[in-house]
Amino acid sequence: MTEAMTLSAAPPRPVPAGEPVLEVEDLRTYFDTRDGVVKAVDGLSFSLKPGEILGVVGESGCGKSITSLSIMQLVPRPPARFASGAIRFRGRDLLKLGHEEMRRIRGNEISMIFQDPMSSLNPVLTVGDQLTEAVILHQKLGKRAARDRAREMLDLVHIPEPERRLEEYPHQLSGGMRQRVMIAMALGCDPSVLIADEPTTALDVTIQAQILALMEEIRDKLKTAIILITHDLGVVAEMADRVLVMYAGRKVEEADVVELFERPQHPYTRGLMASIPRLTAAEMETAPPRLSEIPGIVPSLNALPPGCTFADRCPHVQDHCRRGYPPLEPKRPGHVAACWESHRLPEWQP
Amino acid sequence: MTETLLEVEGLKKHFPIHGGLLNREQARVYAVDGVSFTVRRGETLGIVGESGCGKSTLGKTILKLIEPTEGAIRLKGRDITRLSRREMLPHRREMQVIFQDPYASLNQRMRVQDIVAEPLGNFDTGSRAERLEKVAALFAKVGLRLEVMHRYPHEFSGGQRQRLGIARALALNPELIIADEPVSALDVSVQAQVINLMMDLQGEFDLSYLFIAHDLAVVQHISHRIGVMYLGRVVELTDKASLFRHPQHPYTEALLASVPVPDPRRRKKRTVLKGDVPSPVKPPKGCHFNTRCPYAVERCFHESPALREVAPGHWAACHLR
Repeated sequence: MTEAMTLSAAPPRPVPAGEPVLEVEDLRTYFDTRDGVVKAVDGLSFSLKPGEILGVVGESGCGKSITSLSIMQLVPRPPARFASGAIRFRGRDLLKLGHEEMRRIRGNEISMIFQDPMSSLNPVLTVGDQLTEAVILHQKLGKRAARDRAREMLDLVHIPEPERRLEEYPHQLSGGMRQRVMIAMALGCDPSVLIADEPTTALDVTIQAQILALMEEIRDKLKTAIILITHDLGVVAEMADRVLVMYAGRKVEEADVVELFERPQHPYTRGLMASIPRLTAAEMETAPPRLSEIPGIVPSLNALPPGCTFADRCPHVQDHCRRGYPPLEPKRPGHVAACWESHRLPEWQP
Repeated sequence: MTETLLEVEGLKKHFPIHGGLLNREQARVYAVDGVSFTVRRGETLGIVGESGCGKSTLGKTILKLIEPTEGAIRLKGRDITRLSRREMLPHRREMQVIFQDPYASLNQRMRVQDIVAEPLGNFDTGSRAERLEKVAALFAKVGLRLEVMHRYPHEFSGGQRQRLGIARALALNPELIIADEPVSALDVSVQAQVINLMMDLQGEFDLSYLFIAHDLAVVQHISHRIGVMYLGRVVELTDKASLFRHPQHPYTEALLASVPVPDPRRRKKRTVLKGDVPSPVKPPKGCHFNTRCPYAVERCFHESPALREVAPGHWAACHLR
């Protein structure tokens, strides 16, 4: 109980070869509201290879959570509707599946973990009941076999005394322990895609480190593809192979993790990176410099400006930026961004 | 030598847990369990720690929003520990608070100008017109447009609400502001705006901050000195450069190692602490960190380490230092 575990975080890896397991193409998730159409996700495309960790970054309201709920088809329709797009999982378009077919995929082949483990666990069922439910349903296991599987899953996520924990209720577990149970539940049916929506945001930093280590271990062991949604650039830098940056419902930049952090091409990505407090050794001795701010706030999704949605907050804005939304274009090998002015941006100084 | 503004000595806050047939005290939550430090004028003392370490209770106890169990709180040399609510009133002007949640801490039914003016009304004899003039000046100070003064809180974004919270805290020209997680509900770009604002105001008004937060990067940026709390106690206290360069307590070391670095080329071997923080109802005997400490020796399990000066100005509570 007193030892610490040392783990070595895997260095960033090239995108694995092979067919993507999940492809999202031109996804538009719109909400019809009294105040007009809210374009929560507006023309998003990306793909995910087996064993890959894709980081999705953005601030509140950028559409990152609606993207994951759209893939799971957990957005309430109405008010939401899919105005266009396809979500292909192993070649099949999930948006064309019926309720029953989708149920066979959700929680089985694609699973999800949420930010707040307490509100996603059922408070009146034991950990064991909740862990066995999915495997009984999807894998048609008997009670005894499901129980064995549940114990195995708790072992996999390093929960001590799994036998005892199976009998406990969620409130008897700590926050970190609950998130481990959530991960165990999500992995019970050996999914090929795991969507983790802010999985460590509610956790303390030492517990966050444990959960991130666990997710990495699972990716290595089970080759699960992971979509890691977070607002924390530190978490992305430590975990992701590739990063997608979202702003106001759209992808504004995407690249391998090292490329993105070293040569960000979109002023929004740059703004995010620059606003993280990070002192150098010398700055700790003297007065710290002002943090770089992104002025203003995210525009309202039902009244987006006609041109680039970031124009009002952008330090490099030109007149033409307000006329048309910039296309997502390759700016460097394997690096796309949606910015009219990216070729004129100054050299990036991290 | 800068003047000491706030002095906290051996401060304890225990919450009794009652229960059973006779509703007797069954146990205690040792939320704050013997904390001492000083805050100098114009200084920011950061307090970091994870949930349940007692940092928020510490803030509320110093503000006397809850009564301390033991110890002393001295504000500008005067002992305020045992003052009644009425006796506290004049001291409230000197010590104000900014809360974490800008959604919960502003009355939804009041116009924002009245929210910011409320402390003035509680103390000032000035006319309503004079108060509104003062409020307008405060709005300008915190970067809010005057046109929005008559609006209601729901019309404001998270960052703007936190500016309102800051304006309200500044209304009485306090000398000390206790800020409890003031930026943790905000997006990173907006967080930067609020941190810059707080630092500007500190320079302008020579304010002192007790800045309570869990985010080490934020605390590192804004603080002059930092105290690290674990299970109700301060385990390390020093200036920020020493803390980040030569952490002396194994918990601080682990905490620093756990923070993800926003640089993918610096993915490194990390030491990850095992286990969870024990319950403050039953803190372990001896050093509170002994259940998770990789270096714990026999002594750590029965003897509680005192906060000692292990290097000039650098205090740590560890038997091994």
